[in-house]
Amino acid sequence: MTVERVSRLAAPVLFLLLAAATAESQSTSTLTDRSISWPTWQQWQRVATLRDYNSRVVIFGTAVLGCAAGLVGSFTLLRRRALMGDALSHASLPGIALAFLLVSTSGGEGKSLPVLLTGATISGLLGVLAILGIRNLTRLKEDAALGIVLSVFFGAGIALLGIVQQTASGHAAGLESFIYGKTASMGSADARMITVASLISIGVCGLLFKEFKLLCFDEGFAASRGKPVVLLDIALMALVVTVSIVGLQAVGLVLMIALLVIPAAAARFWTEKMASMTLISAAIGTAGGVIGAAMSALFSRLPSGAMIVLVCTTFFAISMLFGPQRGVLIRTLRRRRLNQKIERQHLLRGIYETLEVPKPAVQPSFRQPVSLATLLPVRSWSTRKLTSIIRHAQDDSLVRFREAEKEVILTKAGVKEAAHLTRQHRLWELYLISYAEIAPGRVDRDADAIEHVLEPEIVEELEALLDQRQPRIQVPRSPHELEAPS
Amino acid sequence: MISPKSDSADENLPHETNHVPVGGPNPVSAPQVPLSVDDLTVAYHRKPVIWDIGFDLPAGSLVGVVGPNGAGKSTLLKAIMDLVPRVSGRVRVFGDTYKHNRHRVGYVPQRETVDWDFPVDALDVVTMGLYSKIGWCLPVRKKHRNLAMDALDQVGIAHLAKRQISQLSGGQQQRTFLARALVQDADLYLMDEPFAAVDASTERAIVEILRTMKRDHKTVVVIHHDLQTVPEYFDHVVLLNMRVVAHGAVEDVFTSDNLQKTYGGRLTLLDEVTEAMRRREQTL
Repeated sequence: MTVERVSRLAAPVLFLLLAAATAESQSTSTLTDRSISWPTWQQWQRVATLRDYNSRVVIFGTAVLGCAAGLVGSFTLLRRRALMGDALSHASLPGIALAFLLVSTSGGEGKSLPVLLTGATISGLLGVLAILGIRNLTRLKEDAALGIVLSVFFGAGIALLGIVQQTASGHAAGLESFIYGKTASMGSADARMITVASLISIGVCGLLFKEFKLLCFDEGFAASRGKPVVLLDIALMALVVTVSIVGLQAVGLVLMIALLVIPAAAARFWTEKMASMTLISAAIGTAGGVIGAAMSALFSRLPSGAMIVLVCTTFFAISMLFGPQRGVLIRTLRRRRLNQKIERQHLLRGIYETLEVPKPAVQPSFRQPVSLATLLPVRSWSTRKLTSIIRHAQDDSLVRFREAEKEVILTKAGVKEAAHLTRQHRLWELYLISYAEIAPGRVDRDADAIEHVLEPEIVEELEALLDQRQPRIQVPRSPHELEAPS
Repeated sequence: MISPKSDSADENLPHETNHVPVGGPNPVSAPQVPLSVDDLTVAYHRKPVIWDIGFDLPAGSLVGVVGPNGAGKSTLLKAIMDLVPRVSGRVRVFGDTYKHNRHRVGYVPQRETVDWDFPVDALDVVTMGLYSKIGWCLPVRKKHRNLAMDALDQVGIAHLAKRQISQLSGGQQQRTFLARALVQDADLYLMDEPFAAVDASTERAIVEILRTMKRDHKTVVVIHHDLQTVPEYFDHVVLLNMRVVAHGAVEDVFTSDNLQKTYGGRLTLLDEVTEAMRRREQTL
């Protein structure tokens, strides 16, 4: 069943990759040659050692770009503006086509990167303005506005590209590389421009880190402190524009958003600190850029955008599963450990209370065997469940399990722990009853000792109350030093 | 129309206050008046939310702002801080514009306005109160963190400084917000429902802090929901329902008559409030 689901998910991804790959090959070579050949040893070596100047510059450029996108992306993700970058990059396509048409019909070099990127920036910004306009002038929500603008601009861009292909004799070929990204089409001048723009973005992120953090966390408070919230938002948007536009050539406008979102989202699994999150995100973006560009250099028919995204996604999958703060695995483990702990506490308290109840007058002995049959009704345990809980407790030498007799005995350590737990439990119960109005916020039954949480006077009072009701539980004092109660 | 200006506060002012052109260059209310609001009207979308608001607050008082849901209480605080555009009106903070005296005002927003899953710890949140003091582009330094720790200590959660904010209880989150305002060391504090959904011990701690602030001659404006505790917690009250129904000292203004006018006929708590007022008189 899971395999089915995976394959259902994988199919569209594969299709997208293949479509991208074929689109590439159509534009760069003859129609018959569509093979993807495994690179030779020499090619591997050339890329690994960064032998030619051009690939060195290009890989460095995409690395810095990935770093900038990771940084900017973590702010936009936290500001919940992640999809703005998507709209912006999609909306840049008609600008690219129009800029090419205009400049080449007026006799200029239409394919020069500054020309194309200027067009891309203008129409990208128009797209963002259109979204803001729709959102503010109508009662449509932002997601609808995004959907409308994104698709309309992209559609217009595709139509314009069709026109470009018909009018301009063949040498318009290569504009498609903006759609899926192609590092192979980058010259060293292009790569240098990308590097400079990305470095500036990184610098701005570093300088305004504190301000952006406040903006993302609490806009209202920032405004009340006199921070120019609107200007800061514009600055953040300008960073998104810069990174998206200079990233068009390497990553492509369809997938640019991935470089802005995925590293940041992956980084969130590793840390609860904003500074570390931005750094990890930048690192993942950098790795994605480097590995993606290298792959694209090796397999010249695979679009670099797809490569970069796939590398980032790998990091994301690893982070999602193994992230030490919020990863799926750690959370499952934490929940299991908590469940086990609670079950063990139930077991120990169950045994303790079974032995305690029948003879209130005399000091009961807690080292007697208790049969499973007596314990079973204490909780909604099945025999199998109970046996497994007992086995776990036995591993920590809190109880001894006599399997043949179906009996369980507390060890010396077990008695101590059980007494401690039972006393703790009863004190908390009493506290909830006697201080019903303030209790719920402070009950922390997991705390090692109630004294760590409550004031000593309250604990004394509770103990006195407890002694009146039930036989006193002798618990050795906690070995921990007591913290001052809050 | 009820005249909301109380006589006691007017004594501090030049008499012709209302005839001075709005936004004029000269400060028109005395600098010792922490907050003076005149003729304030704010409109969202199609209709005014609050209109003709006017009151002055005496220094060193604890002021409760009460009124039904949708009465414009949060809007009033935001309008005072220029966070929402106003249609008309003038606000003076210590005799000057808010912009000019911003550093003397601390703000505690509603707890729900932020995403508590944000990757920061309690100490980070509190240092945010110092960002203006630290200045643009400069990093947070050790002395700022120490100040923030002191503020956290003041609200009793210094031991939670390094805890990520989603792991704090509601009351602890509220205390964090309070600490962020305290660290500014302001003279006038505006608090938007600090008592909303906190446990009783946090409520007591906050009240204790408010009293300390009053002792230090600070002025605190608190949006409050629980009418029963108004006489116990505050010495001034502003009854708000889109316009100011009444404002002044609690014993003068917090009457069942005024509450009726603020809340309309649907106030079932009225008897309990009368009871609370009687208790207050007995203890005084």
